[in-house]
Amino acid sequence: MLRLPKFEVKNPATVEEAVAMMMEIHGEARFLAGGTDLNPNMKHGLFTPERIVALGGIEEMFGVGFDESGNARIGAMVTLAQVEQHPDLRRAFPALCQAAKLVSSPQLRNMGTLGGNVMLDTRCQWYNQTYFWRNALGYCLKKDGSKCHVIEGGSKCVAAASNDTAPALMTLNAELEFATTSGRVRMPLADLWQADGIWNKKIPHTDLLVALHVPKPAAGSRGAYGKLRDRGSIDFPLFGIAVRLDFAADGSISDAALCAVALQARPWPLKKAAELLIGTHPGQASFNDAVEKVAMLAAKQCRPMPNIPGDHEYRHLMVPVYTRRTLHAAAAGEGPVHHI
Amino acid sequence: MRVLRLHVNGDCAEVAAPEHWTLLEVLRYKLGLTGSKQGCDKGDCGACTVLIDGVPTLACLSLAATVEGKQITTIEGLVPAHRAAGGEGVDPVQNAFDKTGALQCGFCQPGMILSAKALLAKNPNPSLKEIQESLAGNLCRCTGYTQIYEAVVLAAKGDLA
Ligand SMILES: Cc1cc2nc3c(=O)[nH]c(=O)nc-3n(C[C@H](O)[C@H](O)[C@H](O)COP(=O)(O)OP(=O)(O)OC[C@H]3O[C@@H](n4cnc5c(N)ncnc54)[C@H](O)[C@@H]3O)c2cc1C
Ligand code: SF4
Ligand code: FES
Ligand code: FES
Repeated sequence: MLRLPKFEVKNPATVEEAVAMMMEIHGEARFLAGGTDLNPNMKHGLFTPERIVALGGIEEMFGVGFDESGNARIGAMVTLAQVEQHPDLRRAFPALCQAAKLVSSPQLRNMGTLGGNVMLDTRCQWYNQTYFWRNALGYCLKKDGSKCHVIEGGSKCVAAASNDTAPALMTLNAELEFATTSGRVRMPLADLWQADGIWNKKIPHTDLLVALHVPKPAAGSRGAYGKLRDRGSIDFPLFGIAVRLDFAADGSISDAALCAVALQARPWPLKKAAELLIGTHPGQASFNDAVEKVAMLAAKQCRPMPNIPGDHEYRHLMVPVYTRRTLHAAAAGEGPVHHI
Repeated sequence: MRVLRLHVNGDCAEVAAPEHWTLLEVLRYKLGLTGSKQGCDKGDCGACTVLIDGVPTLACLSLAATVEGKQITTIEGLVPAHRAAGGEGVDPVQNAFDKTGALQCGFCQPGMILSAKALLAKNPNPSLKEIQESLAGNLCRCTGYTQIYEAVVLAAKGDLA
């Protein structure tokens, strides 16, 4: 039996109320969306807020819409199950819907939100444990202690960004709409991250993610998501990679984006690798050759650490395999990619 | 403490509970509905699955203070609902689990049955793959799953004589 710490629960009806409720107490307050990350973490004593601001009553944060130019607005409280099943999102942003489909289990996708997935805490096998377990270990730098067990003598936490949808949203150039005490702020998702496993975001936890804006994809754009995992359900990624490929009229690749996750504190865009694909033709040798080069470069740039479970050398060997398979799946309009 | 108005199995329950309690804790320790199991208590096993507005949800990760006004169905609600609809005996999905012997210890069963109920409500004739995917958040440490899938197939066929 794992108990939650004592807290009060607030149920605001508007975004402005929610932001004010976060600021008006001296102690710590936390937003609660689906609670599938925060509740286990609180049960492990990783967060002990005095107040929970539950977001389920804020209408503005629900729903999926497209403007007249085809840009999508996805409310932060839209669940992963809704993202996965939304016909227009599936058509426009296949990598995003594939990533949502591979998150955890059906119940957790019914509860977990897209906003919560972006705002997910980083993960580490020395951190996502009960208080009892962490106490026996002597804690770690990220919470209650002073040592890192992943990098001996390390002064920086390298817990891994483990949110499956983040790399897909990165390849799609998504933007985030936050409500802050000084008003609304819009920022590219790519600018959100910082390389610090303790808090891997450049904004404070009191800023409220209201919605995600995903620009209209180029005509004929394709994408896919690949996820290495231990079991076919429930498990966080051991490695994840999202791909977007845009095509010119002659069928050659006009633009490409790749982003990996479950490596270190932030999702990891592979810009140089993606450039190697531009101008190549799927179905022709040029594409196959480029895919091999991209897979090798990804293996050089993605260095899994013993931060999350799963042998990190095995995870490293799987980087080119998953990069290659996910690229071929994207080119063929298929995916998601997973061996189990 | 907060007085919560919860709609559980068609009844309205008014219950005072600490604000930091999960729905699972309120069901088990305030309402005496111990059919929803407390397994891992952190989202890994699905033993605490209940239906919230018909959707399979983990009660161990839901705050009771966030589910007021929603229809909560636990395993205890199936027989009364079945009989209220004019049925006899137990719910057909429960019956199918019995017929195929889809259990050993039974700890996973309430969650399995509720996940299966939600699937069949949406998709009365699911493929084996769809059954497997829908039950992928419910772990069973005993059976090896085969008879559980058979139970859902049998319940879908309605051939329970
Ligand atoms: C067993 C298990 C397996 C899982 N497997 C996976 C997996 O494979 N892949 C994966 O990506 N995730 C996984 N998860 C994590 C989780 O289910 C998802 O990431 C989910 O999308 C989190 O969303 P949520 O709404 O439940 O977040 P919450 O738990 O409600 O919130 C997460 C964090 O974000 C903050 N937050 C939430 N919404 C907002 C907002 N709108 N504005 C500002 N801050 C906000 C919260 O304060 C909290 O710190 C798993 C969880 C469990 C328990
Ligand atoms: S990487 Fe892991 S062990 Fe090291 S400080 Fe971060 S959470 Fe702790
Ligand atoms: S008890 Fe809720 S998922 Fe295990
Ligand atoms: S029958 Fe024992 S856990 Fe499933």
